Parts: sequence; structure tokens; C-alpha cells
Amino acid sequence: MALKDFPLDECLLQGNASCPGCPATIGLRLVLKALGRKTIMVVPACCTAVIESLYPHTSFDVPVMNIAFEAAAAGASGVEAALRQQGRTDITVVAWAGDGGTYDIGIQALSGALERGTNFIYICYNNQIYSNTGIQRSGATPFAAWTTTTVGGKTEFRKEMGEIILAHHIPYAAQTCISYPEDLYCKIKKAMSIKGPKYIEILAPCPPGWRFSMDKTVEMGRMAVDTGAWSLWECENDVMTFNGKSKLILEKKVERKPVEDWIKYQGRFSHLFKPERDEKRLKAIQEHVDLLWERYRKCYVKI
Amino acid sequence: MKKYPVETSLSYPKLGAMGKTGSWRVFKPILDKKKCVKCLRCWIFCPEGSIRREKDDSVNIDYDFCKGCGVCANECNVKAIIMEREEAKKK
Amino acid sequence: MTVMMDTGNRIAAKAAVMAKPEVVAAYPITPQTTLVEAIAEYVARGEYTGEYICVESEHSAMCACIGASAAGSRTFTATSSHGLLLMHEMLHWAALARLPVVMCNINRVIGPGWNIWVDENDSISQRDTGWIQFYCSSNQEIFDTVIQAFKLAEHEKVVLPVMVNLNAFILSHTSMPAEIPDQHVVDEYLGKYVPKWKLDIDNPTTFGNIIGPVHYYKVRRAMQDAQLNAKKLIPQIAKEWSKLSGYFHGDLLEYYKCDGAEHILLSMGAIGAESKIAIDELQKAGQKIGLARVRVIRPFPTEEIIKLGKQADLVVIDRNISVGLEGALFTEVKAALYGESDAKATGFIAGLGGKDVTYKDIETMCRKSMKGKAKEQEWYGVEE
Repeated sequence: MALKDFPLDECLLQGNASCPGCPATIGLRLVLKALGRKTIMVVPACCTAVIESLYPHTSFDVPVMNIAFEAAAAGASGVEAALRQQGRTDITVVAWAGDGGTYDIGIQALSGALERGTNFIYICYNNQIYSNTGIQRSGATPFAAWTTTTVGGKTEFRKEMGEIILAHHIPYAAQTCISYPEDLYCKIKKAMSIKGPKYIEILAPCPPGWRFSMDKTVEMGRMAVDTGAWSLWECENDVMTFNGKSKLILEKKVERKPVEDWIKYQGRFSHLFKPERDEKRLKAIQEHVDLLWERYRKCYVKI
Repeated sequence: MKKYPVETSLSYPKLGAMGKTGSWRVFKPILDKKKCVKCLRCWIFCPEGSIRREKDDSVNIDYDFCKGCGVCANECNVKAIIMEREEAKKK
Repeated sequence: MTVMMDTGNRIAAKAAVMAKPEVVAAYPITPQTTLVEAIAEYVARGEYTGEYICVESEHSAMCACIGASAAGSRTFTATSSHGLLLMHEMLHWAALARLPVVMCNINRVIGPGWNIWVDENDSISQRDTGWIQFYCSSNQEIFDTVIQAFKLAEHEKVVLPVMVNLNAFILSHTSMPAEIPDQHVVDEYLGKYVPKWKLDIDNPTTFGNIIGPVHYYKVRRAMQDAQLNAKKLIPQIAKEWSKLSGYFHGDLLEYYKCDGAEHILLSMGAIGAESKIAIDELQKAGQKIGLARVRVIRPFPTEEIIKLGKQADLVVIDRNISVGLEGALFTEVKAALYGESDAKATGFIAGLGGKDVTYKDIETMCRKSMKGKAKEQEWYGVEE
């Protein structure tokens, strides 16, 4: 899959309300290119509700239903059931939610919909914060990151949503990142070809939330993967495959870069470097990533 | 486009729903077509969809809506796009 | 036509299935369980062929109904008490979205402590959500009202969700006969569901994005207009139903022996049914008292209450309490009378927590009120 093979059609219209350099809109453009127009989206409270722009206009050229924060997967269950009754199984039902709506307030509805075998794609665009409400901590916020509710840095590590999803043993789950269009596109396409519940999580580096310059959105995602702070994988019928750079890291074909190479460019971690280096927390962050990859290797590298 | 006869918060698609967002721009991407290798990285990564992909895979920038984030310039491997301050150009 | 001798819950389920919703989404809660179990039996027997989503919470039940309704399907759910409270956010959502979801609510006490008996505080506390609310007093009325609820909810001048309330156990678990018309009668009455708006890939819209004050104001006003339209339509669609089925349940209030009455009792739900016996006894004893059983609390039957206030003094029994004020029906009745009638109104709180309210109790309350011995607002039967 080369970039020239991506469809031209744009279902997210220009002149929307997203911030400059927004990772959600990069993700939405890619996702909608893969999904095409036979798509109904269900969106809970999140930045996308703003990106849609103001009534009576919308920047989405596919049908979108906004629903309450905790409710994306449940709302999508209803849409899917109705379409099945109407014989419209040609339409893809997609829930598109942020990490707050997925890791935290929406996890119950999500788990329920996965367990019920709902035929839909749940996409979490993860910017590791409640960004729409002004940068508060979520269950996806990494350890030591500044947010407006973790002023001295978050004191807990983020939860591994991917592993929680895998415990549902759904037919397809994947992690990707807005910086890898081919990886992202192919994962959406694969999800569309599979019946049942699918979960795809997209890392979405947020310039105002992470405190980096808005031209670095894509670069910040690549750095996350290079340092192992994020990984690209897919799990189809319980068979786990790491993709791209993450596969090379897992197989130790390339060296995983120190996580500091990623966090030092983000203002949300600046208190770890100024006025002096906080060696204790920097070490804790690196050790946490090391442990994660040790676990990945134990679970997913065949000896 | 069919309007539904019910008073609820139903919105209809519009290009430029928030107006000409090009007015938000502080820095403007300037494309040097001679340097462009048609790799389409700027097109695929543009958060706004403001890089227009032409039939021959060359690109043009839609300044009506480009918010000037600079992702295109940052992602261009051949430095065919540079960012220029808007005011400087006006002078 | 057949006669079905069964519980209120099972008759509600029968009505819901005969309305042929394409999607039912529900979560079990006592005392609603036998209703959703009955639907599951219809599914197992192949008599209900729509989607039956067994969701993981009542919140998700309402969300799934909202999603299905927005996608253009007729939908139904049922809940009770804490389930209804968990749905609260989405009750507003469904109404603001103008989605004609129909729901049965089995009126049950709110905890703590846990108590599964009848009390109307669950649905009374949802009055401001924009849902139309019916209160039934017999199994025949449950059947007729559930069918009519779909007709009303989907009416082009209404397009609002409808809640049909039935009291826990007294109705939900008590067998009474109900006449069930043939399927074709219901089919003919309801017709094919045509959504007023839907998520449509051929006409993409975004539902529920950010809306400013000017437009939001209009959306709220339109909901109010729709509720007021419903007030006129409720008797009308009931008449249409009675022509087909033979049964009329449809006025905003059910009047019982009100001619010449100098006092009129206002009550709801099962107490409303029990009140008829009390009125019979009181009239036998020469008392000039009649009954107006309130069937619909949203839209509120203001004009009808004023009419009653011009005829007689009013006695109101509430099986709910707006803590810090008084019974909700009592407040609303007085508000309706304001500036329109000098009728004296007395209010009783009775039967909270499922405490039994017999016709004898109702008689006692009425006598006290008629003698002028009742305070403006009283708690009946609180054991010290």
C-alpha cells in the first residue's frame, strides 16, 4: 500500500473547528478514506464533537450521531441492530471515541458491546488526556505527565487498554498511530472485512495537550513508536502480530530508543528536566516501558 | 440534501462550516513545485485536508482553509515546503 | 380477539411485541424482569423477530434504543426505579433528539434501603425530561396504552418518547383479564413506522453537534409545542383505537361519578383504581364526591383540572414526595388552579415505600378532607 493508492474522497470537510495540527483530524481523514461513505459514525463527548463544527452545519459528510460521554458503544449497538433489521448490512457502524470515553467513562458500555459480539468497529483516538475539557488526566495519561488535574505530574501509570480489550477475545483488535497512514488504513480495511466486534486504538499526539509545537504532530507519534512508549500491533482471532517498527523492536532487530527521546520534546514532561533532572521519575518511566516490552516478548515471541 | 421536518439539533454538511479557516494562519506554507517529488506525504498528513492532490499527484495548497500548522513542511522529506510568517509577506 | 388472563408485565410485553418494534434493548431489574423475560420467550418461540439486545445496563438500554431509533427503527424498552434513574441522562437525550422510543416503567421504590414495592418517585422525578408519561390502573389499560403510546410517540405533531407507568406488583405481577385484538388490528392502527429523521448514508447529517443559545432555545420550544399537541391528540388517537379494538383508554383523566360532586378526588396508578371502590362507598353513605384519575402527568392536564376546580373542592393523593415541598401532583394541581378557581385543595402523601393503601384508607382521607379537618398537606398512615 503506497500513499498514491489512498482514495481521493474526503468525508471530513475543510474549514472545520479543529485546532491547527490536530491529530484527530489526521486520523479521521485516514479512517474515512478507508471506510468510505457507507459508514455511520457514533461519537461521544470528545474533541470530535467540536470538530464537527457548529449547528446548523457539520464538517462531516457521513452520518454522525453524537451521544453522551459514556455511551458510544451502546449507541452504536442500537444503530447496528436497527440496520441489521433493515437489511442494511452493507453499512459499517463505527464508534469514534477519545481515550476518556474509552478508558474511563465508556469502558462499561464498550466491554458490554464487545462481549455481545456487536458487529461494529470501535475506534479510540488516544491523545492521553481529556483534551476537549482543557487537558485533564485520564486513565491513558502516562506517569509523570503534567495535566491541569495532575499539576506536579501524574502519580500513576496509564492502564493498558489494549490488554483489557484482548481479554474479550474479539475477532480483531489493533493498535496504530496517526503517523503510520498505511498501517492505519490497512487495519481499518481489515476490520471492515471481519464480522463481529473490532477495536482499533490510534495514538494521537495532541500539540496543546502535550505541549509541543503544532508542526510536530506526526513526528511525535513516530517518536512514541521508536521509543516503545507506543506500539503497533494487531490481534486477529487471538493471533498477535506486531507491525512495522514495533515488530523490529519486539524481535530486537532494531534497538528501542530511550523513552527520554520522546518525552523531552513535550512540555508536559518539562518539570522532569527543569530546573534539574528528576532522575528518579525518568528512571521509573523507562523501567515501566522496559517491563511492558519484557511482557510483550514473553507473551508474543516464539522461541 | 433533504431537510428533515423536525426541530432538533440536526446539522447538514458544509465546506467551511467554521468559515474560511485560512484566516487563523500565522505561518503560511509555501510550496516549491520544483523540489516536490510527488511523494504525497503532505497530502496524507495535512490535518485539514487542505493540500489538494492533482491527477498527476502534484499538490496545491488551499489557502482558504489551511490553518498554517506546518505539519506539511515538517513531514516533507525534500524540504519543498517552507513556512513563512503571514505578516512578513503582507509587508 | 382473545382474552389473555395474565400479569401486567406479561400483557405489556404482549402489547410491545404486537407493535413490532425492530429493536428492543433492555436490562433486567425487579419488578420489570417478567416483562423482559416474556419478550425473551417470544424471541425463543419465533413470535418476535426483531433484535433483542441484552445490554449491560439501563443506561446502555436507553442508548441502544436511541441509536436504533436514530437509525430509523421502532424501539421499545422497559425498566423500573434505579434503572430509570440510571437512564436519566439519556431520557433527556431521547426527548431532545425527538426520537419516539416507547418504554414501560414499573413504579418501584428508590433505595436505600432496598425495597421493591410500589412508589411513584422514580417516574415523578423524570417529569422534566420531555417524555410523555402515562399511569395505568388495569391490565387492559396497560395493553391499550402501550399500543397507543407508539401511535402517539410517532405522530408527526408529537415525535417524542413515551413512558407507560404501571405500579410494581399491584399491576406488574397481578393477573387480570385483558382483551387482545388480532395482530392485523394493531398493524392497521400503527401502520409502518416512518421516522421523521434518521441517520442516512444517502442524506448525511450530524445529529447533536454544538448548538448555540439561539437555536437551542428553539429546540426546547418545539418540544413544548409537541407536548401540548400530544394533549389534544391523546383522546383522539384513543378514539381511533377504540373504534378498532372496542376499548377506550385515552382521556388525560378518567372521570368516575363526578356528576354533582362537591369534592373530587385526584389520584394516580393503582391508588386511582382503588379509589373507585372508596368513591362507591362514600356515595352510598351520601357523600357528594367523585374521582378523577390522572392518567397523564406530562403533558399536564391543566385545563381539565381547572374545570374540576370550578366544580368542586379537590383532594389529592400522591404516592410520591418532592422532599422539602409536598406531593408532586398536589403542587401541580394547585398551580393549575392559580388565578382560575377558589377551590380548596388538600393533599395527602400516602403509600410511600409500598405501604398498602386500601379503599378504606382512601375513604378516611376523603372524609377528613370533606369535614375540613385535614391540613393543607398531610402524611397519611405514618406509624409513629
